[in-house]
Amino acid sequence: MTREAVPDYSDTSRWSYYVDPSFYADLVELSGEWYDDWPPCALEVKADAEALLHREARLLDEARFNEWLDMYSRECLYWVPVTPGGGDPRAEVSHAFDDRRRLTDRVYWLRTGLAFCQIPQSRTRRIVGNVEVLDEPDNGRRRVRSSFLLTEFRAGTTKLYSGWYGHALTRDDDGWKIRTKQVNLLDSEHGHENLTIVF
Amino acid sequence: MRHIFGYTWVYLAHETQLPTANSFRTAYLGLRPLILTRDKHGELHALLNRCRHRAATVCREESGTAKSFQCPYHGWTYQNTGELIGVPWPDAYGTDFRRKDWSLAQVPRIETYRGFVFGTLNESAPPLTDHLGEVRRLLDYWIDRAPGGDVRVESGAHRMVYRGNWKLAYDNAADGYHPAFSHRSLLQMAQRLGESRDMTYFGQSPDQGPMYVQYLGNGHNFIDQRPSYDGAGSFWANQRPQPGREGFEERIRERYGDQADTYLDLCVGAQINLNIFPNLLLIGNQIQVIEPFAVDRTQLTWYATTVGGVPDEVNAMRMRTQEDFPAFGEPDDQANFEECQRGLAVPEVEWVLMNRGYGVEGRQKVSEDGVVTGPVTDELHMRGYFEEWVRLMSRAGAEDDT
Ligand code: FES
Ligand SMILES: [Fe+2]
Repeated sequence: MTREAVPDYSDTSRWSYYVDPSFYADLVELSGEWYDDWPPCALEVKADAEALLHREARLLDEARFNEWLDMYSRECLYWVPVTPGGGDPRAEVSHAFDDRRRLTDRVYWLRTGLAFCQIPQSRTRRIVGNVEVLDEPDNGRRRVRSSFLLTEFRAGTTKLYSGWYGHALTRDDDGWKIRTKQVNLLDSEHGHENLTIVF
Repeated sequence: MRHIFGYTWVYLAHETQLPTANSFRTAYLGLRPLILTRDKHGELHALLNRCRHRAATVCREESGTAKSFQCPYHGWTYQNTGELIGVPWPDAYGTDFRRKDWSLAQVPRIETYRGFVFGTLNESAPPLTDHLGEVRRLLDYWIDRAPGGDVRVESGAHRMVYRGNWKLAYDNAADGYHPAFSHRSLLQMAQRLGESRDMTYFGQSPDQGPMYVQYLGNGHNFIDQRPSYDGAGSFWANQRPQPGREGFEERIRERYGDQADTYLDLCVGAQINLNIFPNLLLIGNQIQVIEPFAVDRTQLTWYATTVGGVPDEVNAMRMRTQEDFPAFGEPDDQANFEECQRGLAVPEVEWVLMNRGYGVEGRQKVSEDGVVTGPVTDELHMRGYFEEWVRLMSRAGAEDDT
C-alpha cells in the first residue's frame, strides 16, 4: 500500500493520516482544558450549542447513525476513555478511540445485522444538561461541556449510564461540526456488561 | 471455586503492576480478596484482605503505595508485609496478647515466572515451573517479542462482566470453531475495505489450513495462528486498520528502515492464544484475567500491555490495536456465553457436546510428552482441560480444602 497507488487521501473513512503525534498532543492539551473555568457566553451561542447536542442525542437514540456521522468533521474523533477523565491515549487504552474510519466501521458493524451483542438492538434515551460553552469565534472553535444520563434497555435489562461529554466543535461551510467528542463515563474503568452502545 | 481456585496455581498480577517499593494492588484468589504488596525490600506478598479482628477488609483502594494499612473499623494496623503493628488500647486483651500471632493471613506460596505472579493455597503444589510445563516455551515466545523481554502493564484495562460461568470464557479461548460464526459482524466489517486478512482464515475451511489447537497438559491450551502468516511485517500487514495507521507506517519506515517491520509487527498481536489454567489468557498483546464472581457471573479483564525498548509511537499504536477486539469482537462472544448460560438452565437436556474430532481417524497427534495436537476447530482443548478439572474436583479429601 504505497502513496503512489492511491494518490487521494482526502477520504478519511478509507485512509487515516491525521491521527499523528501532533493530533495526540492537541488532544492531551484539550483534555486538560475541560477543567478550566470558562467565562459566560452569549445566550444565542449557548442555545446554538444546546440545539446541536440535543440533535445529536436524538439521532443516536433513534439509531440514525448515518445522519449522526454527518454531524462530524472530516477529521474527527469519538473518544470514550477507560481512564476516568481521559488520561493519555498514547499510553492508555480506550473503550472507543475512533477516527473517522473506525467510526464508519462502527456504524457498518452495527448495521451488519450480525453483531449478536446488539440482537436485539439496544433502546436508549438520554438527557443532556448543564451545558457550558467556550466560544472562540476568531479561530473558528467552540467547546461545549455537558452532563448526561443515559438509559439503555436491551434483552430485558435496563441499565443507567452517567457521565459528562466534552465536545470540541469546528466551523466549516455548513456550520458547526463535531471535531472531537470525549465521553467520560462515571465508572469507565469498572466492570461493564455489553458496552456496545454509542454514547 | 474451592477445589479449583483454592488448590492450583492461580495468576494474581504482573510484577509491573507493583512498580516500586511499597506498591500495592488488590486482587482476587477465587472469591478471596487479596492485597498484593511489594515491601520496602522489593519482596512480594499476597495478603488476605481480611482484618484479623472482625474481618473487615483493611485495604479498599485498587492500587497505590503504602507502608501500612489501617483497618477503618477499629484501627488495627498492619505493615505491608502483613505484620500487625498496632492495636488501639491493647491493655484490654490481657497480658498474653502477642501481636505477632495476628498478622494478616498470607497466600502461603507465591512464585513469579518472568514477571507473571502466581499464588497457591496448596502447600504441596508442584513448583510453578512444573505446573506451567509446556506453557513456558510459548510464554517465552510471547514475552521475548518485546525487546529485552520488557513487557509492562501500565495502562487501564477493559473490565467486562457477563452473566455466565467462568468456564465459558476458558472454553472459548481455544475454540477455533466459533470465529467464522460468532465473529461474522467483525469479519464483514473488516472486509468492508477489502484489505484485512486478520482472522478471516478462520472462515474458509479452517481445518484444511495450517493452524492447529493443542492441549498442553495441566489444563493449559493453545491455538497457533502464526502459520497463517509469513515473514517480517506480515502480522502488521494483515491487521485490521487502526486510527492513524497509514501515516504511522510511513513515519516508522522512513525513520527505522530495516528495523521498521519488527516495530510494526510489535504493534499488533502475537497471533497465539495461550490459555493458562484456570484464569490467565494471553490473547494478542493482552493479558486477560478470568474472575468468577458467582456461578453465573464472571468478570473478564483485558490488560493492555506496553513494551520497553521501542519508540513511544509504537506503544501508542499498540493501544489502538488492543482496543479493537474488545469493542468489535468480544461483546459478540459474551452475548453467546450468556445465551449458553440460559440454555444450560434447561433441566431436561443435560449434556453438551465437546466431541468434535474425537476418535476421527488421523485427526489428532499425541507427542511423547503428552501434548495433543489437532485441526484448529477440534474440541480437544476442552476434553483436555476438563481432565484437569475432574482431577481437581475429585481429589480424595477435597471437601476439607480451604
Ligand atoms: S475489624 Fe478491623 S479493626 Fe476491627
Ligand atoms: Fe471469540
